[in-house]
Amino acid sequence: MLSGLLDVALLDSVMRALIPILLAALGGMICERAGVFQISLEGLMLIGAFAAVAGSFAVGSALVGVLTAAVAGALVSLVLAYGTVTRGGDAIVLGVAINLLALGLTSFLIAQLFGVRGVFQDPGIVGLQRFAIPVLSDLPIVGSALFRLTPIATLALLLVPVLWVWLFRSASGTRLRGVGERPEAAATLGVNPVRTKYLAVAASGVLAGLAGAQLSLGNVVQFSENMSSGRGWIAVVAVLLGRAHPVGVLGACLLFGVAEGIGFRLQGQGLPSQITDALPFVVTLIALAVARRRFKRVLELTAA
Amino acid sequence: MSADPRAPERPSGNELELRGITKRYPGVVANDRVDLTVRSGEIHAIVGENGAGKTTLMSILYGLIPPDEGEIRLGGEVHRFASPRDAIDAGLGMVHQAFKLFPSLTVAENVVYGDEPRRRGLVDRAKARRDVAAIAAEYGLSVDPARRVEDLPVGVLQRVEIIKALYRDARILILDEPTAVLTPQERDALFVVLERLRERGHTIVFITHKLGEVLALSDRVTVLRDGRAVAELVTAQTDEHEITHHMTGREVALTQRPAERTPGEIRLEVRGLRVEQGDGPPLLDGVDLEVGAGEVLGIAAIAGNGQNELVESLVGLRTPDAGRVVVDGQDITTDTVAARRRAGVAYIPEDRHRVGTAGAASTRDNLLMSYQRESRFQRRRWLDRGAVDEHATRLIDGYRIRVAGLATPVGTLSGGNLQKIVVAREVEHDPGVLIAEQPTRGVDVGAIEFIHERLVEVRDAGAAVLLISAELWELRALSTRIVVLFEGRLVGTFDPRTTDEQTLGLAMTGASQASGAGPGAHR
Ligand SMILES: Nc1ncnc2c1ncn2[C@@H]1O[C@H](COP(=O)(O)OP(=O)(O)O)[C@@H](O)[C@H]1O
Ligand SMILES: [Mg+2]
Repeated sequence: MLSGLLDVALLDSVMRALIPILLAALGGMICERAGVFQISLEGLMLIGAFAAVAGSFAVGSALVGVLTAAVAGALVSLVLAYGTVTRGGDAIVLGVAINLLALGLTSFLIAQLFGVRGVFQDPGIVGLQRFAIPVLSDLPIVGSALFRLTPIATLALLLVPVLWVWLFRSASGTRLRGVGERPEAAATLGVNPVRTKYLAVAASGVLAGLAGAQLSLGNVVQFSENMSSGRGWIAVVAVLLGRAHPVGVLGACLLFGVAEGIGFRLQGQGLPSQITDALPFVVTLIALAVARRRFKRVLELTAA
Repeated sequence: MSADPRAPERPSGNELELRGITKRYPGVVANDRVDLTVRSGEIHAIVGENGAGKTTLMSILYGLIPPDEGEIRLGGEVHRFASPRDAIDAGLGMVHQAFKLFPSLTVAENVVYGDEPRRRGLVDRAKARRDVAAIAAEYGLSVDPARRVEDLPVGVLQRVEIIKALYRDARILILDEPTAVLTPQERDALFVVLERLRERGHTIVFITHKLGEVLALSDRVTVLRDGRAVAELVTAQTDEHEITHHMTGREVALTQRPAERTPGEIRLEVRGLRVEQGDGPPLLDGVDLEVGAGEVLGIAAIAGNGQNELVESLVGLRTPDAGRVVVDGQDITTDTVAARRRAGVAYIPEDRHRVGTAGAASTRDNLLMSYQRESRFQRRRWLDRGAVDEHATRLIDGYRIRVAGLATPVGTLSGGNLQKIVVAREVEHDPGVLIAEQPTRGVDVGAIEFIHERLVEVRDAGAAVLLISAELWELRALSTRIVVLFEGRLVGTFDPRTTDEQTLGLAMTGASQASGAGPGAHR
């Protein structure tokens, strides 16, 4: 049965599940490294998904949609930055508030702007094109799934090595890690922790916004209420599970992507969707239980 | 000292001048029109009791906090530092009281942080390591640039901090209580480095409250008291006595003679106390003690010889594997901490931050803690705020605790003030048995005197006092008897009047298993 599961369609659905989670998680990772616990990824992703559709529909350009998503994600994320960094508020409380706000706001706006309930679908929304990477995309089985991607998906995969080098080898990346670890030490050396944290949070807003754009202009071309459906939360877990390391985060996201892909496939084979939809979350729970110690440690570090 | 530090041909321009620096915090004037003049190429000591305003003054100088009034002049020019970056650019370097290092980064990464050498857009790690190694070699600061900071001992961390300042071309190096965390060997090594820095023309501002260090190292001294600069002295022309007088504003006598009268009935009795450890030798191996009313029993031991386990067994933080603890005839071996405290056991713990106080809680609450159930603090089973406040106010006044208000969280207080809060709480409830563990560690000379007076008062009120201290002079000054604990066993009893520190030190290493048989040494 397993051999029947591993095919082009499965790889494709794994990639569809992976990319949004990965983008959001990389954003969360940057925040984590800067010492800001980012749990508003879910809301930012949803805002991004909505903004992408709205931008694309208004101008008739996928690029504009994507840019709108990035800007919207960044703007909303600044609420978190202001609340936690400037005002010293609790990142968890604020993050949850942003998630609730995003859900309510997008549901409200879809009705106000487009006069529909639940789902907004229109030929006027321009989706993202996939483009093929020459040669690689001609490989059997994996070729079309892994190397025919939207620009956002390509960016997500490229970001893994880029962020790896940036975090650990560049001056700004090292400074960011220092700020996350000992902000007062960074301040004594003339590195401004507040500015660094704002930039980190804004970056996570951009990336989560792009994750949303991939959902609403890449995976499908529509906006539906609560379409992020827990992916942002999974991204939060992926950050912790992957120890805020780009490769670790990619690994954790792959775990969830594969779980979702298999769930999707099992659904196709007749399993009730209630069960298959739960699969990524069951994997999350198991992963959390296995990594509980590590999870606690990260939480402590974040709190300190 | 190697060369004469006060050679006359030394350049004598004023490198650094602070004029009229004032900084007010709610309820406290941390710096009150402070003037400070530091000459080029000297080691300038700044001394003062805890809370005198030394750290505040240096933080202002370094651009960490803005002054309310006053100006900073470097080489005659007025500077305004909006951030440490400005101060660094002006040639200042600071080694903070609490190190400012990134544990997960390497030594080299810590040093270059914020001023990284680059190659093709990335940090040039090889050059960073070479630069650090070069500075280390030049000034005799041995460190391995590739090690992670979290794996290094404090003495090395301090060298990293000094290298950090030198890497940024600091001409003026400020060190805030650099010796507080060092072993004597590390301290001597630091002094050698500081002297070498002076030889190379660096100017050093050195904060401490240990007078021996001031006299050994500095060229001149500025004394701070209650936020004011009260004296500027030339080290060669002053002495310990004069400096102490300026620091405290009064005469300080650090010799308390033990009570002459014989101890009364036994209040604390320990029999055959045993604490095992996994497969190693026992941590406590059959300890017997008796402490009478009006007696101070000193315990001398090198760290890790069972004194922590003994104290924990007495105060209820650990259940011994065998043996009994009896207070006033009542067996408390297995009692809870609360029950022991009701039985009259008070405890001044060695770690005042983590054990002795709750940093985020108010001064009022810290002074009350664990006595809140006493009827005098209650009214109809609720806390009587009036009584609690009155109690706290009385202790703050009586102990001269420098704190803005009753609601101030104690986490912001200086070490000496915090220790006074612990001592006030433990002593004021009339203990029958007081266990005082390093009661004056890290506090200044005025506070030491004050705390010693309180311990003597408790003793004279008829309590049994158990004193654990790493300072042999303190044990000798306060104890009626001194017992030496070595590898979990009592290896000797000494009379402080007839025993010198060498003898005690030797016994602590287990060298002599015999008792010093001075008169009155045995009960
Ligand atoms: N951030 C602060 N807020 C309120 N009071 C403070 C603060 N920093 C220092 N103080 C107070 O200012 C006084 C001087 O403190 P400090 O400069 O740390 O003294 P020192 O370094 O000489 O021990 C103390 O009474 C301290 O409680
Ligand atoms: Mg200080």
